[in-house]
Amino acid sequence: MTQIELTVNGEKRSDEVEPRLLLVHYLREVLGLRAANVGCDTTSCGACTVLLDGKSVKSCTVLAVQASGHEVTTAEGLSADGELHPVQAAFRQNHGLQCGFCTPGMVMAAVGLLSENPHPTETQVREGLEGNLCRCTGYHNIIRAVLAAADAEQTSTTGTDAEVAA
Amino acid sequence: MSILGTRVLRTEDPKFLTSGGVYTEDVVDDRLDGACHVFFVRSPLAHARINSVDVSAALEAPGVVAVYTGADLADLAPIPPSAAGLINTEMQQRLLATDKTRFVGEPVAAVVTEHPYQGEDAIELVSVDYEALPAVLGFDPSDDSLLYEAAGTNVAGYWGDASSLNPELFDGCEVVVKETIINQRVAPAPMETRAAAAVWGEDGRLTAWIPNQGAQGTKAELAKLLGIDESLVRVITPDVGGAFGAKFGADPEHVVTAWVARRLGRPARWTETRYENLIAMTHGRAQQHTVTIGGSRDGNVQAYRLEIVQDAGAYPRIGAVLPMLTILMTTGPYDIPKAESVAKVVVTTTTPIGAYRGAGRPEATAAIERAIDLFAAEIGADPADVRRKNLLAPFTEPHRTAFGALYDTGDYVAALDKALDAAGYAELRKEQAQRRASGDIRQLGIGVASYVEITGMGDGEGTPPQENATVEVHPDGTATILTGTSPHGQGHATAWAMIASEELGIPIDKITLKWGDTDLIPEGGGTGGSRSLQQGGAAVQQAAQELIELARLRAAAQLEANAADLVFDKSRSAFNVAGDPDASVPLTQLAENERLLIRTVFSQPGATFPFGTHVAVVEVDTETGKTSLRRVITVDDAGTILNPLLAEGQRHGGIGQGAAQAFLEEVVYDEDGNPLTTSFADYPIVSATEVPSFELADMATPTTYNPLGAKGIGEAGSIGSTPAVQNAVVDAVAHLGVRHIDMPVTSRRVWQALQAAQPGSEQ
Repeated sequence: MTQIELTVNGEKRSDEVEPRLLLVHYLREVLGLRAANVGCDTTSCGACTVLLDGKSVKSCTVLAVQASGHEVTTAEGLSADGELHPVQAAFRQNHGLQCGFCTPGMVMAAVGLLSENPHPTETQVREGLEGNLCRCTGYHNIIRAVLAAADAEQTSTTGTDAEVAA
Repeated sequence: MSILGTRVLRTEDPKFLTSGGVYTEDVVDDRLDGACHVFFVRSPLAHARINSVDVSAALEAPGVVAVYTGADLADLAPIPPSAAGLINTEMQQRLLATDKTRFVGEPVAAVVTEHPYQGEDAIELVSVDYEALPAVLGFDPSDDSLLYEAAGTNVAGYWGDASSLNPELFDGCEVVVKETIINQRVAPAPMETRAAAAVWGEDGRLTAWIPNQGAQGTKAELAKLLGIDESLVRVITPDVGGAFGAKFGADPEHVVTAWVARRLGRPARWTETRYENLIAMTHGRAQQHTVTIGGSRDGNVQAYRLEIVQDAGAYPRIGAVLPMLTILMTTGPYDIPKAESVAKVVVTTTTPIGAYRGAGRPEATAAIERAIDLFAAEIGADPADVRRKNLLAPFTEPHRTAFGALYDTGDYVAALDKALDAAGYAELRKEQAQRRASGDIRQLGIGVASYVEITGMGDGEGTPPQENATVEVHPDGTATILTGTSPHGQGHATAWAMIASEELGIPIDKITLKWGDTDLIPEGGGTGGSRSLQQGGAAVQQAAQELIELARLRAAAQLEANAADLVFDKSRSAFNVAGDPDASVPLTQLAENERLLIRTVFSQPGATFPFGTHVAVVEVDTETGKTSLRRVITVDDAGTILNPLLAEGQRHGGIGQGAAQAFLEEVVYDEDGNPLTTSFADYPIVSATEVPSFELADMATPTTYNPLGAKGIGEAGSIGSTPAVQNAVVDAVAHLGVRHIDMPVTSRRVWQALQAAQPGSEQ
């Protein structure tokens, strides 16, 4: 067993884990944070995506011990006080989810994408989310949601022009 | 203003977006504390005799609680084939293979461990002595190697009689075109794989959490396969991460997990890996079509024949029944004077075939839509014109087809023209002509597919399609709905609340929907076949209306008024005496002394038949064969739309899946029956980069079969888009001499077709 110390959703954690324990299983089984899901065996589907120091990673391909000393954010920790994060809100507003299984990973991947590229084109969103699979939506509304979240972000950071115009 | 028909956001979303859905693997319940974990040893060979199974090494491995083989389950009856009477009854499946294995992935032994990682290790230690037998593959398997020696054949059965086909069917046709088309095997691949959690109570009852599409059907199948009375089984449906037809009923692994829990006297859980999901969850489609179409040179189709071979996989389950629906929908939306259709079902050493989004109807549409295009190409006509010429005229009284389907309402030409308009069809043809003239290496292809499909079928045994609902108003102003449908992404919690809200005047955020617990809701047909809104939703409406009438009687007594003089004011959710707003009593008060609750069953006179037209636009690189899907434009007429946001979501998802079958997805086996597409790295499940945003045009021809006017919308997208995209790719290279390319129309297939079509090629 190996001792790990990390921050998960703002809380400091210290746990003894098996060296082969995957980060996704640490989050789900040890911490009870079950928003991230396991949808494949090959790092293909992205249902397990979380943020590691602000960058999206597939937590099925990170060992818990590799996350030691780092900050992990999951869908549970994305929003505070019961409010939806702008990306989460955009997914709801645009019906960007159906069965919900890919959703927490998709949202985290989108947050990671927008932090790297705050104003992506549709093609950039599609390419940025290529590693996150969804079987329900045909991706149409997911793409719309991410583009809408980017627009919302732009509006809130560039002042109130849009509100004045409205 | 009515809430019906408006774009209400889903009430279920916040949970999914933050803490996530609670899928079977996520279920935390006291009853499951201390659960052991079940893992399956699966056959690595497509076809083999099992000489012995040695579990001794596995039993010694860390954390192993028990290891079971088929011999341990000898008391459990095998799974019989579907369609008794039509399908060979020798073709039964043991829950764990005993004498033989018949596909790669078939469960042979179950290893039970304390921790999941231990199970993954221990299954490697079970040693099975296999004697390999020849694989049986394809649509015309010989009987040299038999899956079931006792059956004496690899033909499982027939739908219709091939010897009765009319040899003169095409007499009088100026043009007759024939083609053999493969509607390939694909994987449903819901993002949540299969799973189960099971525990037996001291009362001898099983409680099983299983991702499913209808808890009541799953309960019945579990009870049957465990050999116990249905009253001893409770199925609870957690959130379900997609199903697409492949999560109906119960699979061997579900039954074995429940059996293990009983045998060990402790709760047991099972979650399959994606590898297991891709080789052992049922696959879909897998039909071969021989289409023959004949007509006049001016474009009238006069005769059509569809000869189907269904590969049912190793065990003839739902797959064996799919041809029945394909035959029913043979002629689709067309008025064809003479048509006939028959099917043969074969077994092969491959994963069993089951339902997959559309289940038998997409196959019928794919066959006739390719046939129409082949016919149009042969006579040099525009495929859209040929469709317009042969589509059934608009009808408002039900139309009976030669195959017995009773189409309720339809205006197929209007759907075609609307889709062509939305696509800018004439301009697209102009652009195509320019690219052809200039010899552009990126050729434009335009594909059209018109369809009609059947939704909300009955049980096929004479019972009309029906569903139950219970609506209860509580004194605190909230309401509860119980439904026999089973959402897994469709948004019933929002949609059913909208329907009840409209009748009761209670806001949707105060209405809770419950489903999928068989102790709470013993009856129900689940969600599949695009049935839920038209029957389950209509049942909610009927229950809410009946509840208002019950409440009216109570209000009359309380207000000492004549019931007929009472008006229900939805804006206040209260009754008042007509003309006297002060004499009023709210619905909530009428629930105080006695529960205000109605359970009802809504019956529909028959199935409904949504229809539409899809147009796909592709670019095909003639040097590499690579296809890029540029646009998909669809008209999907599913009657009156309750919530456009949800209906569009269903269409998008279906379009994506259907398009993916056309140009990407296929389950592939090698010549020894080894599956080659066993992960998402190998199975080309569609991703965001491979599809465009979709263009939806609206059209709504209400059905008269339910008061909502609604037909099914869940599968339409996957029915129209597949042939539209396939037709588009063929169209892109038709001028280069290509007549047909089978799905998936991959770069390699397109390139090969182009090579074969070159002048001087031997083909």
